[in-house]
Amino acid sequence: MNDDDPVFKALADPTRRFLLDLLFERDGRTLTELESELEMTRFGVMKHLRLLEEAGLVVTRRSGREKFHYLNPVPIQLIHDRWIGKFRERRVSALTELKAKLEES
Amino acid sequence: MSDNPQTTQVYRVYIKASPKAIWDAITKPEWTERYGYTGLVDFDLRPGGAYQVRPTETFKKESEARFGGELPEVIIDGEVVEADPPHKLVHTFRMLMDPGMAAEPYTRLTYEIRELDDKVCSLTLTHELEGAPQLASLVRGDQEEFGAGGGHAWVLSELKTLLETGTAFAE
Repeated sequence: MNDDDPVFKALADPTRRFLLDLLFERDGRTLTELESELEMTRFGVMKHLRLLEEAGLVVTRRSGREKFHYLNPVPIQLIHDRWIGKFRERRVSALTELKAKLEES
Repeated sequence: MSDNPQTTQVYRVYIKASPKAIWDAITKPEWTERYGYTGLVDFDLRPGGAYQVRPTETFKKESEARFGGELPEVIIDGEVVEADPPHKLVHTFRMLMDPGMAAEPYTRLTYEIRELDDKVCSLTLTHELEGAPQLASLVRGDQEEFGAGGGHAWVLSELKTLLETGTAFAE
């Protein structure tokens, strides 16, 4: 399986995207805090968080008795670099070439 | 500086490389100049040892052309808290390129390298940023459009690419 597959699968669900949005607004939340924002059982929220964690989009960290959830943007950065970065580079180099041509003439 | 979960940032990347290769890429200047912000690190790898980052000539020129002013000799400073090669490195971190950030308290970085199966390692970076909102915004990548780079996610993505393919985007 490609590294990107679990990321796209994890992002393909509105509840999971909502959970990521919550963590983007304020990082380092407990399950109880995240659960309070959703009309869903604790078990359901845990299941979604587990899928996000398996895809690397959420990383958990223990501090004392609590477990905190963090949004990990690295998998999205890797997709950006692979799928968007290369198009942008091509566009930039096309513009650079155009500039060079115009200045030559 | 205390462990406040809400101001802490956590990043994780999976890299097909040995723990030693990842450790070297974080702690040796011949590696750190090849990805991300390209700063030349200087680590005295023992508790209480100094940590400093100096700009490369290219970075210095580009930065001075873009933002004006002169860059300090040392652009990041801090102190090693714990060094357990090639698995764990903890050090403090203060950004000196900008007076606002230089006035913020020292923050704390923890690198953890874990070997998983099939020659893949996970690298987890935890940055405790209590009391340093400007640095927090920079390392989160919020200031990328102003030419400040994409923060830790960008740096770790480049580190992965460099170690797995032998070349970074910038090269």
